[in-house]
Amino acid sequence: MGLESKLTQDGFITTTIDAVVSWARKSSVWPMPMGISCCAIEMIAAADPKYDIARFGSEVMRFTPRQCDLMIVAGTVTYKMAQVVRRIYDQMPDPKWVIAMGACTSSGGMYRSYSVVQGIDQFLPVDVYTAGCPPRPENLLNALMTIQEKIGKTKSRDFKNRSLKELELSQN
Amino acid sequence: MNPKEFITEKVKEKFGPALEEVSDFRDDLCLTIKSDRIVLLGNFLKTDPDLQFLMCKDVTAIDWSTRKKRFTIVYHVHSFKLNFTLRIKANIELDPPSIETVTSVWRSAEWYERETWDMYGIKFINHPDLRRMYMPEGFEHHPLRKDFPVIGIPGSLPLPHKAE
Repeated sequence: MGLESKLTQDGFITTTIDAVVSWARKSSVWPMPMGISCCAIEMIAAADPKYDIARFGSEVMRFTPRQCDLMIVAGTVTYKMAQVVRRIYDQMPDPKWVIAMGACTSSGGMYRSYSVVQGIDQFLPVDVYTAGCPPRPENLLNALMTIQEKIGKTKSRDFKNRSLKELELSQN
Repeated sequence: MNPKEFITEKVKEKFGPALEEVSDFRDDLCLTIKSDRIVLLGNFLKTDPDLQFLMCKDVTAIDWSTRKKRFTIVYHVHSFKLNFTLRIKANIELDPPSIETVTSVWRSAEWYERETWDMYGIKFINHPDLRRMYMPEGFEHHPLRKDFPVIGIPGSLPLPHKAE
């Protein structure tokens, strides 16, 4: 009858480019493990066979920012470290996302102190905040699924070429 | 003679009235020395063949806030010969606070003194490399002073700017 039924017989589906691209993006989010303190241990636990972050396509933890889509900031960010975190974030290719893992990164946590940044959203665009001190691996996986949901809703026009000026690295 | 009496006698004999106070708190011997004699005392403790305090374990400070002699520098030194850890204190009142470095005696004091400078703002005169230890270069305050707010001073530490 219609075009769809004809194509389905021959093994075709119709969809949009945006749907395919965002599906591909969300199914293999490569994390940049920014493990700065104890949250990193739970992040490692999320990669082990029991919790198995590979189920979500994110097992490829790359220790170079140039191959990553998602920065998991796992640990207390001090003012001194903030410069480093931002520099690594700047080196990640667009499009990119950020998880603020745990109380310290989200709000400074128990470190209400002169040396600790009271929330990394003061210098990074955070997509998902994760509660806990440290959060359990399930919680991190939940954050990852939330990111995937967010990526799934993106359209290619959201990432149209930005002007050179916008892309300039921040001068630290 | 037990090591406490032995050390106290030795130092008393050598330094006389410059030894301001001897205390024995919870089995820890503590000698308070005039701040301008600290290097002499260090040299004596290290080189005297009966004492041989070869290791400097810690240098830190106390901020007494309201006292006239506001800061006390605290040294912990160890003698392997006597198997004994001795505490030395020196009260300072100068403004800005300063004391002669003991790095010429114990090299290990270098980083302890850098830390003490960073946290308390006490100048160690003739220190070979008196830079900040924990706080970033260019930071103007000393966080462990009693008049420093725990949450810090807004704007005193730069953050990278948020591009988007």
